[in-house]
Amino acid sequence: MESMETKPSGGGGARDLLHRQYWDLSYVSGPLVFLKDGHRFATGAILDLVLGDGAVRQGQVLETSTTHAVVQVLQGTQGVDIERTSVSLRADAARLGVSRDMIGRRFNGLGEAIDGLPPVLPDEELDIMGAAINPVARDKPRDFIETGLSCIDGFNTLVRGQKLPIFFGAGLPANRLARHIVRHAATKSDAEEFVVVFGAMGITEREAAFFLRSFGESGQGARVVAFINKANDPAIERLFTPRCALTAAEYLAFHHGFQVLVVLTDMTNYCEALRQVSSAREEIPGRRGYPGYMYTDLSSIYERAGRLRGNRGSVTQIPMVSMPDDDITHPIPDLTGYITEGQIVMSRALHRQGLFPPVDVLPSLSRLMNNGIGEGLTRADHRDLANQLYACYAHGRDIRKLMSIVGEDALGDLDRKYLQFAQEFESQLIGQGDVRRTIDETLGLGWRLLALIPKEELTRINKDLIDRYYCEIMEDGVPSPFVG
Amino acid sequence: MEATTVERAGTVTRISGPMVSATGMPGVAMGEIVRVGRAALMGEVIRIDGDTVFAQVFEDTAGMGLGEPVVGTGAPLVVELGPGLLGQTFDGIQRPLPALRELSGDLVGRGLSAAALDRDRTWAFAPQVAAGDAVAGGDVLGTVQETATIEQRILAPPGTAGRVDSVVAPGAYRVHEPIVELEDGTRLSMMQRWPVKAARPAGAKLASDRPFLTGQRVLDCLFPIALGGTAIVPGGFGTGKTVVEQTLSKYCNADIIVYVGCGERGNEMADVLSEFPELQDPRTGASLMGRTVLVVNTSNMPVAARDASVYTGVTIGEYYRDQGYDVAVMADSTSRWAEALREIASRLEEMPGEEGYPTYLAARISEFYERAGRVVCAGNGEARQGSLTLVGAVSPPGGDFSEPVTQTSLRVAGALWALDASLAYRRHYPAVNWNRSYSLYDEELDGWFREHGPEGWCERRRDAVRLLQRDAELQEVVQLVGPDALQDAERLVLEASKLIREVFLQQNAFSDSDAYSSLEKTGGLLDTVLVFYEKCRALLDDGAMLDRLLDLPVREDLARLRDAPSDGFAARKDEVIAQIRAMAAEAAGK
Repeated sequence: MESMETKPSGGGGARDLLHRQYWDLSYVSGPLVFLKDGHRFATGAILDLVLGDGAVRQGQVLETSTTHAVVQVLQGTQGVDIERTSVSLRADAARLGVSRDMIGRRFNGLGEAIDGLPPVLPDEELDIMGAAINPVARDKPRDFIETGLSCIDGFNTLVRGQKLPIFFGAGLPANRLARHIVRHAATKSDAEEFVVVFGAMGITEREAAFFLRSFGESGQGARVVAFINKANDPAIERLFTPRCALTAAEYLAFHHGFQVLVVLTDMTNYCEALRQVSSAREEIPGRRGYPGYMYTDLSSIYERAGRLRGNRGSVTQIPMVSMPDDDITHPIPDLTGYITEGQIVMSRALHRQGLFPPVDVLPSLSRLMNNGIGEGLTRADHRDLANQLYACYAHGRDIRKLMSIVGEDALGDLDRKYLQFAQEFESQLIGQGDVRRTIDETLGLGWRLLALIPKEELTRINKDLIDRYYCEIMEDGVPSPFVG
Repeated sequence: MEATTVERAGTVTRISGPMVSATGMPGVAMGEIVRVGRAALMGEVIRIDGDTVFAQVFEDTAGMGLGEPVVGTGAPLVVELGPGLLGQTFDGIQRPLPALRELSGDLVGRGLSAAALDRDRTWAFAPQVAAGDAVAGGDVLGTVQETATIEQRILAPPGTAGRVDSVVAPGAYRVHEPIVELEDGTRLSMMQRWPVKAARPAGAKLASDRPFLTGQRVLDCLFPIALGGTAIVPGGFGTGKTVVEQTLSKYCNADIIVYVGCGERGNEMADVLSEFPELQDPRTGASLMGRTVLVVNTSNMPVAARDASVYTGVTIGEYYRDQGYDVAVMADSTSRWAEALREIASRLEEMPGEEGYPTYLAARISEFYERAGRVVCAGNGEARQGSLTLVGAVSPPGGDFSEPVTQTSLRVAGALWALDASLAYRRHYPAVNWNRSYSLYDEELDGWFREHGPEGWCERRRDAVRLLQRDAELQEVVQLVGPDALQDAERLVLEASKLIREVFLQQNAFSDSDAYSSLEKTGGLLDTVLVFYEKCRALLDDGAMLDRLLDLPVREDLARLRDAPSDGFAARKDEVIAQIRAMAAEAAGK
């Protein structure tokens, strides 16, 4: 069955002359079209679909066999018919043209400029799928990033080259938290070499405007590269958006030595698109209908953070993950947590108390914290102090739970102290508002809070440090604002 | 590689992710390695259906088209065993990652090949056989000082039988050069190949009566495993599986560590690679890297190679076991391996079992864990004993242990070290849940601990378990009616088990003095806490007030005893115990 013809189509142009068009669609379903012959294109190839009315869409070959080829259509299959739609090869792989001039520009989810300026003249055309970094080529993530937030700097320290997601429930101010991190991380670093790459998947117009405005306010307006797929843009495009963003990020970091902070939001929308394609392919669904390979797929995004030996640049990732129904065991946050180096978890209870940022530090974690703290990096007492504050706060929360059962009268003196500690910890240390704290201020406040707890209880802290910090405050007579 | 024949070249007929099918390859066997496509990507045959052959490809198939060639190699997936393994970092199919970096830069390219063992490097070989000697598989042909502390014994490959015709003189040779020639003309070199999916032969299995010591109090004391034993470490994300596996790699009493990073984070490997060369083996003082082999297939590296990576790791482990070493293989994480099996099975459109995993998951997992054990090594001459201990991390979705990988592993593993998110949230590390974990080896090991452990070890352990059990019961009461409803004696149990939890079970992996706890320190620390409990208990029986006892300043000294280093611990412990006795006497006197 020879269905190729070279009849000129409306758009014309050199590409149409170079690549033969084929009319061999056999099946259309959801975001997929099937071609009758799998021999024509290689897997991963990008195709142009020319519809009967001359409209052009892009598709990517997912699977080939002698009987068929499966193509996912990025802009959806509405209006695609079998008779008149033709396919032709556009590129051997999904590529993004990259250049230093991307900084300050705005693109759609496929990397096409949408800011009204002419297209970027690319230095290189890179495969957006990237390739795994050779583990022996990786350099250990280090260098503390001061975000100005006690809940992160003090307890879940972010370091360059890390991937640290934010887990949040619907209605929690995650965007405001992300704005805070980006803004302060930017001010602290050498502004010359700092770039934010923003990848937005399926976010609303309002959210997109919020981010673009706040990046602008941070004085880093010119240092943002934005890839935006909005809620009403084609869903399948979302599978490409984070990869475009990371391709640009890697290029700026590893070719030009920038410190790149990548904010990806919302990964849940990305996973929904993945599920959509999987179900159209009639694959065996995993938990909640998400495909069994979602872990592998997500890791091909998250693992693109890090540093390389002998390279100045770094890619740090802050993916935003909304937790459906506040459920941290939902497959999306669950698989994310297994890949990323920790997580920042937002709490509805703290938000209801009017505290910002409403971060629950107990389930939050930064696995790379040890690389960024301690003598010479932050302060020698940082780790012990954080451990002790954690332990006291966790205990205080237990007491609070107990109190709700047995009543306050049943509590002993020491229990009440822990109760008060937990309260102050939340309102003073965590709920700092929009102010910016240095790491010294965070640690200092931590020590002042510990004054609520008798010294003998502080067994997680090295004795020398207690002598140095705990006593110092008491003997100086500096009144702790929370005692007496 | 083995010679390939033209007849065996077929063509690609279907490409679906890591699964490729081909036709026109008569004679190709299950498990055979094939070279797929123009890029000659490595793949393994996993199904044969008439003329159609299905292969899982160990590299990314993007860009491949139908009609590209597939060539059989005539051999299954094998690893190269010989000098040069220690200190090396391999990918899942045993390509040395530093060599790949030289070939393709910072990113792993496709279709690369690099020999597992460096063909240019020479090793000083000291023969131990002479012409006329009879040799069989497993016999020591000679030795090579592989790293500062490890001497590699060059073994006759399994299946060897014959008489030595000639041996090279002591001197420097490359791994593939013949060193021994048998009378039948067989030439043996320092390197041998072995198919990874087959267990290497060994002699009789030995009893599990020697402990695999980890330097971790909660494991050594409450849930010890034997050399040659198996343990699984399941836990939700953030509970510290990887920290446990890495801590064990640093401090356990095995001679050789094989660390398999299967489908895990690249940055963690960067951590190991930067940390291990600088850390000292606590027993020999040499660099830790000198006893370690890393097999790394990070989560974004091709999924099929995860399957290969665990087998590659365990086969390298068996090779050192056969030399008479105690080997520990850490597999982090076996769940990622199971997921790889699931992905491939689903591409083959196999009928899924529980949660989409293939029905042979249980068989694969049990075969894998059964490769552990303490054995009499194959070969004549001095009777060597070696062991292979397997510790597998499991990553259950949502932290829910009822899922198939955890449950299947539990049926075969000898110990469960269950990690608990609620402990991790309060930074109680290692977050091993003492109520949920177990070890099936503890009775078999009692004899060893009685003979070699600190005095009263087994009794003290029982006391601790009993206290923690009582504590769990009392906590339920407290949750209902509050602590005031308890008798003083019961409140003392709560206080004592709190001390056990905080002083004894918790251990700071990042503290120089506490990351490793010797048996003496482990036993001493527990003993001290229990002495304190017993003294308080006695005073309470004599009518003392509990609140006064709990205010005794010695409690803080006790809590800080944890930070005393293992060296010279006994003296510090005696001081604290003397203090406890003195205070008890004083309190009794009042």
